[in-house]
Amino acid sequence: MLTIAGTQFSSRLFVGTGKFASSREMKEAVEASGSQMVTVALRRVDLNNPHDDIMQALDRTKIHFLPNTSGARNAEEAIRLAKLARVASGTNWLKLEVTPDPRTLLPDPVDTLKATEQLVKDGFIVLPYINADPILALRLQDAGAAAVMPLGSPIGTNQGIMTAMQVEIIIQQARVPVVVDAGIGAPSHAARAMEMGADAVLVNTAIAVAGDPVRMAGAFRAAVEAGREAYEAGLGKPSKQASASSPEEGMLTPDLDFIQD
Amino acid sequence: MFTVPDFAHLQQWIIRSTEDDVRRALDREHVDIHDLAALLSPRAEKYLPQMAARSSRITLQRFGHVTQLYAPLYLSNLCVNRCAYCGFSAGNRIPRRTLTLNEAEQEAMILHERGFQHILLVTGEAPKAAGVDYLEELALRLRDRFAALSIEVQPLEQAEYERLFRAGVTAVAVYQETYDRAIYQQVHLAGRKCDYDYRLDTPARAAAAGMREIGIGSLLGLADWRAEGLALALHLQWLRKQFWRTSFAISFPRLRPAAGEFQPLAPVSEKNLSQLIFALRLFDHNVGLLLSTREEERFRNGMIGLGPTRYSAGSCTAPGGYSQPDIEGEQFSVGDHRNLAEVSDALIAKGFDPVYKDWDKEFQVFNLESLSS
Repeated sequence: MLTIAGTQFSSRLFVGTGKFASSREMKEAVEASGSQMVTVALRRVDLNNPHDDIMQALDRTKIHFLPNTSGARNAEEAIRLAKLARVASGTNWLKLEVTPDPRTLLPDPVDTLKATEQLVKDGFIVLPYINADPILALRLQDAGAAAVMPLGSPIGTNQGIMTAMQVEIIIQQARVPVVVDAGIGAPSHAARAMEMGADAVLVNTAIAVAGDPVRMAGAFRAAVEAGREAYEAGLGKPSKQASASSPEEGMLTPDLDFIQD
Repeated sequence: MFTVPDFAHLQQWIIRSTEDDVRRALDREHVDIHDLAALLSPRAEKYLPQMAARSSRITLQRFGHVTQLYAPLYLSNLCVNRCAYCGFSAGNRIPRRTLTLNEAEQEAMILHERGFQHILLVTGEAPKAAGVDYLEELALRLRDRFAALSIEVQPLEQAEYERLFRAGVTAVAVYQETYDRAIYQQVHLAGRKCDYDYRLDTPARAAAAGMREIGIGSLLGLADWRAEGLALALHLQWLRKQFWRTSFAISFPRLRPAAGEFQPLAPVSEKNLSQLIFALRLFDHNVGLLLSTREEERFRNGMIGLGPTRYSAGSCTAPGGYSQPDIEGEQFSVGDHRNLAEVSDALIAKGFDPVYKDWDKEFQVFNLESLSS
């Protein structure tokens, strides 16, 4: 079972709430995904209004609510937004997004670290969205981040895990859960991230803009479960040699006659 | 805190490995802990040449055609512990001596003149005679003359390691001796070393203090070497997760003849030792692997480039032994008696560059501001 900051989740699929045609469709898709962690952009939702479409659509007794700071361009804005969110929503969980470039929405590593340090001190449970930079991931872990959320490829690109090599290093090294976020365009991408050993994935666009978002949510659910199952079952990794039991071509086997006993 | 799985469980894990597991492990780009269990198993023995080839390739890729060289400097053979296998054991009747700071400095200067830039300061466990104050003072005296100072002394507290780091100590070696709790209790008869868990937690304290490199290891000959290898790998894996800024090294000390005439409880052959070294190299591509003068010239020459990255040379294991070569009171008798030049020549003959300096004291110069933080 996935545990983040002491809270357990039986689903390893996190979903976003943006880009859906209606809040009813969003609600149905979230239910079909089986997700227990749903991220909501603070700028999209009126936290003070109990009749807000998004807020009403989510059953917060079953679903963990993860406000995000989407739109924040620097640490200062993100921190301000986070504090407003905490007061209004009653949760201290936060997906930290600091994206100064409105074109690519790539995260700013310097201000993300700065904001994480401050928000952790202020009692937030911080899940920072980052580029797939292993050292940054470790620095954030050391600063008290509850998980790290490296991107598979730039948000909204549907390109899949283009950062696989870096994500693998993060998974190998991190003590906190690793949630692959952004760029996951198809269930096969999600399955791959899970097979690599990611603790969870976050999917939004690929579900929200699918022909049938509810069915697509179910497809992602199945893919995440299959990928995790394969990882836990011990996946046979691809090998470069047909068989190591025969002498490798072009490689001399050292003379071991010096070994006496 | 790191906890070691039950030793019998580790042994079972290894023994269950099939030949298919071994072949699969050899096929992998990244050998995980399950693959390692297979590579340590008896089934892997006939694949030793393939393991050597793979280990050599990885070592070359990561470290290049170089081997680092260092010498131990024994400061004291006083010891409060009674360890069945050790020449310094409190119960053994050997001439006891702790070098004065001046004597220690003289010994160090002999090593310096011989060309060493990296020395390992070694003591038994005698905090009154050779405690932190003594080590700190000595490090401050030596730091300007050597590129790197390592210590292999009694386990210390984190704050003590911090003091020594600031005094110029770069690395800490502290070997668990055996991860098998039952054997550990059996061979550690008296003294502070009887506390298995305190010792097990020592590498973490040293790493937390900021030491650049932590050396771990098992004394081979006490318990089943295959399970020792797996436990070592688990310890290494745990340490890497906790201390990602720290470098790690593993030593492979095999029991040598010593005062007390202790006989190995579980003998380890050269073939076994080779398998252990190759398997750990396949498991961790970046870890430093040390092969000391406990091993003979023939074996050490043969192993050049196959996995180990650091050799000691010209070692004497008795305090004062560099200025008085016939002195008594050694920890164990060495197996390779060549001096630094001879070991260097053997490396060069195999196409390897003997590296004396691979660190610089300037990394560890602190200003007053950082000292108080």
